[in-house]
Amino acid sequence: MISQIFILSSKGDHLIYKDFRGEAGKDVVTVFYEKVTALTGDQPPVVMSHKELHFVHIRQGGLYWVATTTADSSPFTIVEFLNRLTTLIKDYCGSLSEKSVRMNFALIYELLDEVVDNGYIQTTSTDILKNFIQTEAVTSKPFSLFDLSNVGLFGAETQQSKVAPSAAANRPIMSSRGEQGGKSEIFVDVVERMSVVIGSNGVLMKVDVEGEIRVKCYMPSCLEMRIGLNEEFSIGKSQLRGYGAAVRVDECSFHQAVKLDEFDQHRILKVCPSQGEHVVMQYLLSDELPSAPPFRLFPTIERDNGGRLLMYLKLRCDLPPKSSAINVSVTVPVPKGSLSLSQELSSPDQKAELRPQTRAVHWDIPRFPGGAQLSALFKLEVPGLSSASMMEVGPVGLSFELPKYTCTGLQIRFLRLTPIQPGSSQRWVRYVTHSDSYTIRI
Amino acid sequence: MPYFGGEEPVKELRRALANPNVQGDHLRYRNTVLKVIRVMSQGVDVAGLFSEMVKACATVDVVQKKLVYVFLCSYASLNPELSLLVINTLRKDCQDPNPMVRSLALRNMTNLRLPSLTEYVEQPLMAGLRDRAACVRRVAVLGWAKLHSLQPHADTDAVVVNELYGMLRDSDPVVMVNCLRALEEILKEEGGVAVNRAIAHHLLNRLKECDVWGQCEVLRVLQRYRPQTEDELFDILSLLDPSLLSPNVPVMAATLSLFLSLCCLAMPAVSLAALERAQGPLLAACGSASQEMKFTALCHVQLLLRSLPGLMGEHYKRFFCGYAEPAYIKQRKMQVLVELVNDDNVGFVLDELKGYCTDVSADTAQAAISAIGRIGRSYSDRCLEILTGLLGLKQEHITSVVVQTMRDLVWVCPQCSDSVCEALEGCEDMLLDCQGRQALLWLLGVHGDRISGAPYVLEAFVEQVRSEMAAAVKTELLTAATRVFLCRPAETQDTLGRLLHYCIEEEMDMCVRDQALLYYRLLHCGIEETRWVLQGRRSDPSLGVLIGRPAEPVSQWARSFNTLEPLRQWGAGSGSPPQGAPYHLDPKPSVDLRDPLNPRQDGEETLTGEVELEPLHGGHKERLQVSSALHRSSPPQLQAALQLANIQTMAFTPPHTLPWRVYLYTHTRWESPSPAGGDTHTLVLGELLYTGAPEDKEPREDRPRGGGEPRGGGEPRGGGEPRGGESEEGGVKVTVKQQPRDDEAVKGFLLVLSDALHTFSSESC
Repeated sequence: MISQIFILSSKGDHLIYKDFRGEAGKDVVTVFYEKVTALTGDQPPVVMSHKELHFVHIRQGGLYWVATTTADSSPFTIVEFLNRLTTLIKDYCGSLSEKSVRMNFALIYELLDEVVDNGYIQTTSTDILKNFIQTEAVTSKPFSLFDLSNVGLFGAETQQSKVAPSAAANRPIMSSRGEQGGKSEIFVDVVERMSVVIGSNGVLMKVDVEGEIRVKCYMPSCLEMRIGLNEEFSIGKSQLRGYGAAVRVDECSFHQAVKLDEFDQHRILKVCPSQGEHVVMQYLLSDELPSAPPFRLFPTIERDNGGRLLMYLKLRCDLPPKSSAINVSVTVPVPKGSLSLSQELSSPDQKAELRPQTRAVHWDIPRFPGGAQLSALFKLEVPGLSSASMMEVGPVGLSFELPKYTCTGLQIRFLRLTPIQPGSSQRWVRYVTHSDSYTIRI
Repeated sequence: MPYFGGEEPVKELRRALANPNVQGDHLRYRNTVLKVIRVMSQGVDVAGLFSEMVKACATVDVVQKKLVYVFLCSYASLNPELSLLVINTLRKDCQDPNPMVRSLALRNMTNLRLPSLTEYVEQPLMAGLRDRAACVRRVAVLGWAKLHSLQPHADTDAVVVNELYGMLRDSDPVVMVNCLRALEEILKEEGGVAVNRAIAHHLLNRLKECDVWGQCEVLRVLQRYRPQTEDELFDILSLLDPSLLSPNVPVMAATLSLFLSLCCLAMPAVSLAALERAQGPLLAACGSASQEMKFTALCHVQLLLRSLPGLMGEHYKRFFCGYAEPAYIKQRKMQVLVELVNDDNVGFVLDELKGYCTDVSADTAQAAISAIGRIGRSYSDRCLEILTGLLGLKQEHITSVVVQTMRDLVWVCPQCSDSVCEALEGCEDMLLDCQGRQALLWLLGVHGDRISGAPYVLEAFVEQVRSEMAAAVKTELLTAATRVFLCRPAETQDTLGRLLHYCIEEEMDMCVRDQALLYYRLLHCGIEETRWVLQGRRSDPSLGVLIGRPAEPVSQWARSFNTLEPLRQWGAGSGSPPQGAPYHLDPKPSVDLRDPLNPRQDGEETLTGEVELEPLHGGHKERLQVSSALHRSSPPQLQAALQLANIQTMAFTPPHTLPWRVYLYTHTRWESPSPAGGDTHTLVLGELLYTGAPEDKEPREDRPRGGGEPRGGGEPRGGGEPRGGESEEGGVKVTVKQQPRDDEAVKGFLLVLSDALHTFSSESC
């Protein structure tokens, strides 16, 4: 049972406040903000209490999404609901930010009204909601030169760009027909998050890949979609199929709307996508990877005669040559009290800086092609450098994005809509792997 | 707000709303209403526009209607009379051919929360229950619950209740679930909706039609149903079994919760099997992309581990921290890791934890170090090696935590003391904070004979005592110096003298001064007396027994599963409270309170303890049937015995004196069953009083019919009699005071106390 729902900006501005049961006043919003900002770093913020009220909140899009509730309600349900609410609002408003929430407050009030009644969750399905929601989303389109690149010489749209721009899926699901936004499109995203620990001897100590297939549908009418996965796809350890590169995952679960009658034979998922974003399939691979981990680090760390700390880092990207990693950021914790950094990087587009507040050297590489090897030399001025403080160097953390690449090797063979859509329906398949946590010990 | 033209946006808006030109153009009208709502959600008081908004309500534009309703529902309670005007429009809307308009009107009619409007609302609500459109029925059903909460004392209408029970068979699953919810509220005083066999089976059969939220609700209601036969129970369990593996975590949690409530008492084996089955989805939730979901799952994993300690041993890698995770998740993960350690993975886990010790966040680093310390209770050698290595880092915050961890480790594992004593050399310069220095001083005092440099470190401390701010450190220093003096008098005499002189002559803090005076007088009495008072135990290996903690029965925590309870226990599990006792020592105080005769806790605490004695309420008197031979036992033995039960002793009268008294206290954490209570901490103070045998003294009314056995210096009676406690009608009176009042805790305390005393007297006799 949910008593109130409110959305606060990170500065504590009231964006949305809805009271469902009249059990507490509006002043609890302020109470919540005071409580949440007073927490120290190690206190868990998710559940807080004030008298008889309990706040459960999540952070998404830089906002606080708070529900007040009673002590015996299920935290799983409430947290899941708040998460679902954020995706709903993202579906309807196009993106999730303080600005979009501010602009679409009427729409959000309308949504909340239909989603929760008297504190009970009624429905969160876009199929049902679309009959009720009348307000149209207000979007702000930032002017960008990038958009112009799609416009051809005489204003006609060129067909040269076959790749959907990354912002294409950030629009509201309900926009008035006829506009450019009304295109019937469907996006199928394979998103994987890897968390890896590589030991100081280069041995892979832990690998977890959590992946999901997300369908974001802008089609107004519901139809059946067939998603074909690799035929070699297998679940669990024992099922070894033939030879060749099997795509294996340990665990796999599907959205309840997915029909699996052709899955065992042909690895085909059948689903009737409803508007908005849904996770169709989730899977998990742990303890082994079909290919080498994407990054290896060869560090040399020593003290020079002048009492400076020398770090020579060689970073190799073991992706296939046609893939590449983008937005690679390497974080090397350095001893406390490090003063200044001098650097030698291999190309001018890379950046490195010493950030005293995180006590680490950050090395940013905007683009890192597969098979390449980059190196960097850092010299740090550390007063009172001792052999013990060398222990403080590391472990190195990497964050990166691998577009058009899945580390499990999961591919979508085909995407078929039945019946065939008349007119221009566009289907997009996108792959991306994120680093959830990629740690290399030194 | 310049956008609205000046300082009075409300006036401006009123003018716009009243403007017939605006009213004529429905887009302009809608936009003006929208502006009102925007101003309202920014926190401006727009109650003055109520009558204009009521007019704006009568429109065909559904979007505008919805906006006006948002406004009306917020301000209706301030304008009950004007709200009456709205009712007409709403009632008209209830007849609208469009079901969406009907449901909207019905919902907002009940959302106005005005008791005066009830009579107008009842009729449309009744009609709503029989509406053709499911969306109207959904709203109408909950509408009755809202009406009931407006007038909680009004008699519940039997017709409505019957109607709602009948609508459990509605074709729309949301209507069915809403009926359950409404009945739960309306019949709250009778204990909620009655789930009989027919209803339960009906609900189970239709479970699949509901969405995630509906399933959770149904499963929660079903917890109240008790199957009549075992066959029926197993049918239900096997029907629900697939939901245990549901990828929807809320459904999985609700199912598991139902499993536990159905069979945690009668069939513990089944519930354990259910836990094992549910670990997959729970583990998956621990790796969820949402941090909050991760946290919720981790807290519940901790619950599961209480009953199945080795459950996720092979999945320990799933609890390794990601470097970008927030500190509170990292700490929970470390707490889980500590529980999962076994012979196979201890190396990997320690390796991983070692990596966290140099984390940028000091909180995370400290949590990692204490986690290593906890693992050290079972794998002391490896952990000590790591801890010693960390001292080499020469970082203030790390050194401080390492020393504290070592202190705790030594207390439990005496075999570590040699390596700890070696490691301590030279770390005194790195300790800047109060806790770290206290820990070091305690170690120096207790193991002064083995740390060669102890007197010299103390000397350095004494030289800086003038600049020392914390009274706690000073009292610790006093104790440590006196203790080291006992074992190495030649090297310490001068230091101790200077310290005592300073503390007695110049110190401003009363506690410190008193303690110094106490030691001074003790030393006057003689070395042996001082030794007797100050040299307590150096370790308490009995705590070590509690490390391989026994599996708790599931019923201990089943009730709090899938509630907010597990998420609110900050750092629960880190202290490993001894299980089985009805209360647990709070993990934090257990560090400070364990050796009360040789107070390692600072003087302030002792003082507040005494001050609090007066305002304590909830006095409680009880007679315990304990052997009166108790008063002849030696204090240290009794103290040790009580400590096993986590009861600390503050003072004794010497043995064989009458009246014989013991003062005790304990700090309990009692998981209160009431939803509001959560954890309650309560301090219990107790006095054991034995006034002597009836022939020695005037019988008091609190004494039972005198046993008439010789007391007061007589021979211990019935030495070999094991059931001595029963027969001896002992007149040991217990007076208990506590704050805050908590009868359960007192009951538990008395139970444990009498158990401990029984055990002790039967052993010592």
